[in-house]
Amino acid sequence: MSEEIIKDVIVREDEDYIVNLGPQHPSTHGVLRFEVCLKGETIKYVIPHIGYIHRGIEKMCESITYPQIIHLTDRMDYLSAHMNNEAVCLCVEEALQVEVPERVKYIRTILDELNRLASHQLWWAAFGMDLGALTSFFYGLRDREHILDIFEESFGSRLLHSFNTPGGLMHDVHPNFQNRIKEFIKYFRKKLPEYDQLLTGNVIFQARAKGIGYMNRETAIAYGITGPTGRGSNFACDVRKIAPYSAYDKVEFKEILLDGGDTFARYQVRMAEMWESLKIIEQLVDNIPEGDFTAKMKPIIKLPVGEYFKRVETARGELAVYIVSDGNKTPYRIKFRSPNFSNLFVMNDLVTGHKIADLIAISGSLDLVIPDIDR
Amino acid sequence: MSSISKYFSDLFTGISSLWAGMRVTGKYFFSPGQIVTEQYPENRATLKMEPRFKGEIIMPHDENNQHNCTGCGICEMNCPNGSIEIITDRVANPEGKLERVIDKHIYHLSMCTFCGLCVKTCPSNALAFGQKFEHAVFDRHKLTKVLNQPGSSLKKEAKK
Amino acid sequence: MSSKLYDFSTLTGSIHAGLSNMMSPGWVVFSEMILIGVIFLLSFALIGLYLVYLERKVCAIIQNRVGPNRVGKWGLMQTLADFIKLIMKEMIPIRKADHLLFNLAPFIVITSTIMAMAALPLAKGLQAIDFNIGVFYIMAVSSIGVIGILLAGWSSNSKYSLIGAMRSGAQIVSYELSVGLSLLAIVVFSGTMSLSGIIESQVDGWWIFKGHIPAFISFIIFLIASTAEINRGPFDLAEAESELTAGFHTEYSGIKFAFFYLAEYMNMFIVAALGATVFLGGWMPFHVGTWEGFNQIMDFIPPMVWFFSKTLFIILIIMWFKWTFPRLRIDQLLTLEWKYLLPISLFNIVLIAFIVLMHWHF
Repeated sequence: MSEEIIKDVIVREDEDYIVNLGPQHPSTHGVLRFEVCLKGETIKYVIPHIGYIHRGIEKMCESITYPQIIHLTDRMDYLSAHMNNEAVCLCVEEALQVEVPERVKYIRTILDELNRLASHQLWWAAFGMDLGALTSFFYGLRDREHILDIFEESFGSRLLHSFNTPGGLMHDVHPNFQNRIKEFIKYFRKKLPEYDQLLTGNVIFQARAKGIGYMNRETAIAYGITGPTGRGSNFACDVRKIAPYSAYDKVEFKEILLDGGDTFARYQVRMAEMWESLKIIEQLVDNIPEGDFTAKMKPIIKLPVGEYFKRVETARGELAVYIVSDGNKTPYRIKFRSPNFSNLFVMNDLVTGHKIADLIAISGSLDLVIPDIDR
Repeated sequence: MSSISKYFSDLFTGISSLWAGMRVTGKYFFSPGQIVTEQYPENRATLKMEPRFKGEIIMPHDENNQHNCTGCGICEMNCPNGSIEIITDRVANPEGKLERVIDKHIYHLSMCTFCGLCVKTCPSNALAFGQKFEHAVFDRHKLTKVLNQPGSSLKKEAKK
Repeated sequence: MSSKLYDFSTLTGSIHAGLSNMMSPGWVVFSEMILIGVIFLLSFALIGLYLVYLERKVCAIIQNRVGPNRVGKWGLMQTLADFIKLIMKEMIPIRKADHLLFNLAPFIVITSTIMAMAALPLAKGLQAIDFNIGVFYIMAVSSIGVIGILLAGWSSNSKYSLIGAMRSGAQIVSYELSVGLSLLAIVVFSGTMSLSGIIESQVDGWWIFKGHIPAFISFIIFLIASTAEINRGPFDLAEAESELTAGFHTEYSGIKFAFFYLAEYMNMFIVAALGATVFLGGWMPFHVGTWEGFNQIMDFIPPMVWFFSKTLFIILIIMWFKWTFPRLRIDQLLTLEWKYLLPISLFNIVLIAFIVLMHWHF
């Protein structure tokens, strides 16, 4: 079925009017080149070119030990840094069949959701800015600063934490952690309706987003689109529901599914997910059990020979880690299935027939982080 | 007829949504108390970083110029990208035996990714994170630091 | 009317008499022209510079930040510093561009702006050009600016500039209709096209209050259409940073770019001043019908203060639009004009004509 949906190689013709939305562009959120073929104002096809920020993370991981891999995974999808760390840690812990303490699971889930909130705040800020509502950038980032301050108090760094380690956490969270989170939840619940007033209900924004970039469910499944992008086309792909990890089986939350399929539906999914994240954090923050912050691990971690797989839900979709181990202290091969890589290549299907201004809106709604594509 | 009523209802919902957005920005226009900008560098005197802030790696020395580093090299092994180089020396201790002491603990700030593995795995708790964040220099070689201060020695209680 | 106290025609008359004593009539006219020209160029530069500063501060406060505050006290010298930087930049010549048109375009834009500025009444008797077709003159002269934009895009010899200039041209030409029709509404109310005549007719209250609902609708349409006219606010697709390039002024650098940039802010000033004159009474203080006591109190505030504060009010509203709304796409922009603003304006004019006939206004 996928063969009918995923088109073959795009053929370039001689009279095509090609314009490059080059690697340096304020709206591509990273170094990504779009080769756009225009016919007047309408787009005929789009070819994305990646690889400008390829750093060889998977190859580098073959020469370092498992605790040392964590700091590299931070830098893949840096807006969901915690989820990336957690993916590798969970994979290693499952391979060694180590049971992490309950405290670790709760804290990991709370940090996951905080990270998801911060990522969606930045997405909202940048999306508004791309469409021309320059104030939304500052409102989103102003609220995100509160989350980053919570991170800085506990870990010491705002964006790239490297806080997880196979077996648990590097050290315990700050004693002020719970209070600060509760204050933040109170603050943000008042600010989130302002986001709706500023952008969601705005007639100009709806005219720019409704009906743009329609993706139906079969296309989403064929390309492997996960995350809020897929859930906006009614594809139930939330890993937190399909294969729960950490403390996700202990909380109640809704999986947001909308069947609009267009940019506006994807936008609404992410806004609703922000509310759900607040609910999840509220359920967990008062009930963190006391205990150790790490399980007892050997100083040198060696995985038994075999293949291990684990997937988590980052802010952009399903990140999967596949480790092939031959018994040494470094992996033989580690492969990351990154959500942004799959999400990017549906771009041609979505954009054909629309105008240049819609290309910006659609790529904003796909919420791409380019270092995750190139690794 | 329904298209005419749709025309007008579209018009009015459009205008009211625009007005809702304008109220949000208008509210912030009249509240300069909500300004969140910090006037750096004028506020350096009162700027407090969080205690756990990861500014750079330092080796804490106490008032007798003594540190905890035994030169074991575990931090060098654990650093993922080789930002630490340990140079040790063999010196005769008071009993006459030759033992290993730290000569230079070289730290390449330019390569460090602040992962914290050296701080965590040091068996003598010799390393810590400092809070200085103004690292910009004009000469790249200034970013290679020697962490143990000249004339410092090992604190004896660390050797348990 | 006690604004005789603030009547500038005595001042201008005495300057004229003083000059006539010193030189022959031909030279008097010439020296007056030079005097007025210098005053206008200076005010063009000063108002332009400080509008840029005002925009940066207003945008900063809306976005919860401080804005420029380091260059000079409260950042007041910031635009001057930016201007000096722009002057020092290299003016990159383009090899295959049409040099005459390329260099001419910024000057056309500035010329049309200054010509429009000359007809604005700042106070009683303080108006450089006082035609009896004032409104028509300003509309005509600000249309010359479109030629400058199209020349800029064409002569840059770059496909991005051409696309941007064509879009701008289409946008400005379409929205001129709505601006004209909304100004025409007040012309129908007041019966005269001369700007001083329109202001004199507002002596017992501003048209936006006297003309109640239709004048208010005209005012809203005027605000929206003039924001589109000056390529600003939610209608700035042609020069948006997150689209392909910066539109028709991509290839300009240095002082020529500064001309385009200043002309955009001066256009905003002119459009705001025009709106303030026609709808809000220009330099006329806030009078309410026949409340003589209230009117006498309002008359104490000098007319120039009234004029500039009303203009500032409209400028702030225009800036409010820009910093709140996302951009419209070019086809949505044209849909807005042709399907919404134009029919409503036409219907409004018919309604106003009816109201004037039946004397249903104040």
